[in-house]
Amino acid sequence: MNMSNALCVENVHVWRGDRHVLQGVSTQVHRGELLHISGPNGTGKTTLLRVVSGLLRPEQGSVTWLGQSIASHRTEYQAVLAYAAHEPALKGDLTALENLRFSVGLKRRSKPQELRGALERTGVAACADLPARVLSAGQRRRVSLARVVAMQASVWLLDEPYANLDAAGSELVSGLLADHVTAGGLALVVAHRELALTCDVRRLELNS
Amino acid sequence: MTVSAWEAFWLIVRREMRLSFRRPEQLLQPLVFFLIVTTLFPLGLSLQLSLLRDIAPGVLWVSALLSALLSLDFLFKSDADDGTLEQLALSGHALTVIVAAKTLAHWLVTGVALVLVSPIVGTALGIPLGAFATMLVSLALGTLTLSWLGAIGAGLTIGLRRGNVLLSLIVLPLATPLLIFGAAATERAISGTSPVGALYFLAALCVFTCTLAPFAAAAALRITLE
Repeated sequence: MNMSNALCVENVHVWRGDRHVLQGVSTQVHRGELLHISGPNGTGKTTLLRVVSGLLRPEQGSVTWLGQSIASHRTEYQAVLAYAAHEPALKGDLTALENLRFSVGLKRRSKPQELRGALERTGVAACADLPARVLSAGQRRRVSLARVVAMQASVWLLDEPYANLDAAGSELVSGLLADHVTAGGLALVVAHRELALTCDVRRLELNS
Repeated sequence: MTVSAWEAFWLIVRREMRLSFRRPEQLLQPLVFFLIVTTLFPLGLSLQLSLLRDIAPGVLWVSALLSALLSLDFLFKSDADDGTLEQLALSGHALTVIVAAKTLAHWLVTGVALVLVSPIVGTALGIPLGAFATMLVSLALGTLTLSWLGAIGAGLTIGLRRGNVLLSLIVLPLATPLLIFGAAATERAISGTSPVGALYFLAALCVFTCTLAPFAAAAALRITLE
């Protein structure tokens, strides 16, 4: 197994106050592979995703990308990372397109047509010039997915990407994930539902 | 193609400015507060111009500090609440750059606005025209310093409920040197003596916070993001 070709989580422990949320979690995700993180509420799925994103430093254990610690190679790692938290993380006073422009613009230089293309891909092209606050929860989720697409990152960390979406939206997420993974990207997805995908899916079940 | 820190800095400044102008009430509230508080003093005390002139520097500076404090709460709070702060933190740029850009934008929309309306307040408090230049320069330096100090306090308190009270308790003691030298500069200009010494002190404080506060505020944010 080529260690340098993977995102490795090794023996990660996280405490939240007195609670030992993650108790020695270890896993590996390779390019072209999707890790489906599931488990009951409160077992630390989001916490694990935050640890892998680098937002949360584990008390013990490490996360490495291409054999290098993500804490010491933060900039390089973040350049290939797209994280979509449970909240869509949009500014209500900015339009959908401006939201994309300001957050994608920090990662890479992008043209407005590319951003509109990403919004079109997620089915919200008509909302591009509307303030995010007037969009429905499902539409906001689609805009946040468009941001992930537009970042052109190779590591996707998605927290409940299926939340608030209708049947067509769920199919869209599955399609996006399958395309991303088939193209050689890797993804960590927290989801309560079964993922019916055409690509390689591994499962990590967290228990309390 | 990657984005340089400088480009990221200006992109964040532009984002913050656009957000502020989409929410004009956030800009106007501290300004109106400043105008109202400074007009309350003459009404409550006396209309004697000589007395007003004596208290004018203190009134001006205390009101400016309190009004700047009102706007500090917006600095990181809304980004933390809607999750965009996490996106910024994962953007591949140093938190120091992000904090510096946000604080500069905050000063451009709140501090500069306060400096611009201060001649109205100055006139109402009977500050002579000759002292206006000193008043404007000292307020510009003071509000910029306060924005940097506020960034540290705001970074520490965003994770807390009722954090705005704690924010005042952290920032106001740190702002006492500003009050002392700012009021002294204005007072000297009114009485016709040279305000240069006090202005130098204000400028030194401003340089001190401009260079060190972004690091402190970034460290504070990193703690609260976890």
